[in-house]
Amino acid sequence: MEIKVLGPGCPRCQRTEQAVKDAVAEAGVDATVEKVADVMEIAKYGVFGTPAVVVEGEIKSVGKIPLVEEVKKWLQK
Amino acid sequence: MKERTKLLLIVLTFQACYYVPWDHATIRQSGLEAFMMLQEYAREHVLTCLVPAFFIAGAIAVFVSQAAVLKYFGATTKKILSYSVASVSGTILAVCSCTVLPLFAGIYTRGAGIGPATAFLYSGPAINVLAIVLTARILGWQLGLARAVCAVFFAVITGLLMAIIFRKDDASRTAGEMYLPDEEKKGRSLLQDALYMLTMVLILIFASFAGPPVGSTGLWPVIFAAKWYLTIALLIVLAVMLNSWFTKDEQVAWVQSTWSFMKQIFPLLAAGVLAAGFMLGRPGYPALIPDHYIQGLVGGNSLGANFFASVAGALMYFATLTEVPILQGLIGAGMGKGPALSLLLAGPALSIPNMLVIGGVMGVKKTATFCVIIVTLSTTAGMSYGWIAG
Repeated sequence: MEIKVLGPGCPRCQRTEQAVKDAVAEAGVDATVEKVADVMEIAKYGVFGTPAVVVEGEIKSVGKIPLVEEVKKWLQK
Repeated sequence: MKERTKLLLIVLTFQACYYVPWDHATIRQSGLEAFMMLQEYAREHVLTCLVPAFFIAGAIAVFVSQAAVLKYFGATTKKILSYSVASVSGTILAVCSCTVLPLFAGIYTRGAGIGPATAFLYSGPAINVLAIVLTARILGWQLGLARAVCAVFFAVITGLLMAIIFRKDDASRTAGEMYLPDEEKKGRSLLQDALYMLTMVLILIFASFAGPPVGSTGLWPVIFAAKWYLTIALLIVLAVMLNSWFTKDEQVAWVQSTWSFMKQIFPLLAAGVLAAGFMLGRPGYPALIPDHYIQGLVGGNSLGANFFASVAGALMYFATLTEVPILQGLIGAGMGKGPALSLLLAGPALSIPNMLVIGGVMGVKKTATFCVIIVTLSTTAGMSYGWIAG
């Protein structure tokens, strides 16, 4: 499974990345977590606000720090 | 930070420790000025002005729905709406650096296009609530007001000019889906939110209410005498609102967001104040850079002085809010009012690192045009302001 965290590297983005990593570890899923910091890369996804989380190419959350429980639900599908 | 950068920093610090003649009279005086200025900020501005302003910024970041504003940046929105919203939305969107650049890139590539994108990019850093409050407080309300008003107008003018100059490119942008931040459910009405913000703004105003000139009559001395009673009454009102309108989670989120702003901005501001104090000293006290250099470069209100201030501001990087103490030092050392406004208008919106990022998004030609427009407008505004304010 491929997960991307979009964000230019502000504290909120780092907390999002941490939440996603925690969720992956807790759920025991085989997934790669990639941080996308390049502004143009982020814009290509069409997100208007960071941090954003992309799971398997699908945008799951924009502009907020997701809860670990929330991320786990995205991982199950 | 890369390891090589760290090494470089340590070597530079070491060399400064080693070679700077710290016991030289001028250096001693400059060092003293740096800490005197820091103390002035700590005594005069932190508790009554900055702390309330941080709580307001925190509340804006948490409780104002970004989605509600962002929908006006879509590709299908009427242009006039996009421009108007872009020019003022910095007040609520730009408090966090997380938002500005990705949002700019998003508006530019998928949304309303280059005009509103550049309007937003320009107005954002200049009219956020912290910047305006601190400018008005330390540099005087006239300059604070001039800064806010000019920033809004310039944002629209810059955006329109960019859209006209590059209208061909604008048509060839890729269309695609836009993802806005999720709208959160709230248990309050808009009126309740507005009252809550208003209470905090009033607390800020009364807590930092300046004393009237000696011998003046009327409302001013009366308010000044009662300012602490008013502040306390408002604090009680705020506590009641928080208790009855907000859930526990929302209160925690508010305090957390305020705390993260403080963590982020206070160290930078303190460093900026120390640097400004060291280089320029408090008004009326000499420090490292002699006053006549400043007066020669940016004193008075000539075209050269205003232009120099604009260009210097455009190239220099100011960490959030540090433009204020630096300008305070410059004005104290003899900078004219016009050039001061020029620097305030060109400064925070542009810097060399910032230009590199913008250049990566919209290319060198457009970035250069954007910078030229801003420097020209800032110079003009500075001259007009200097002429009016004398």
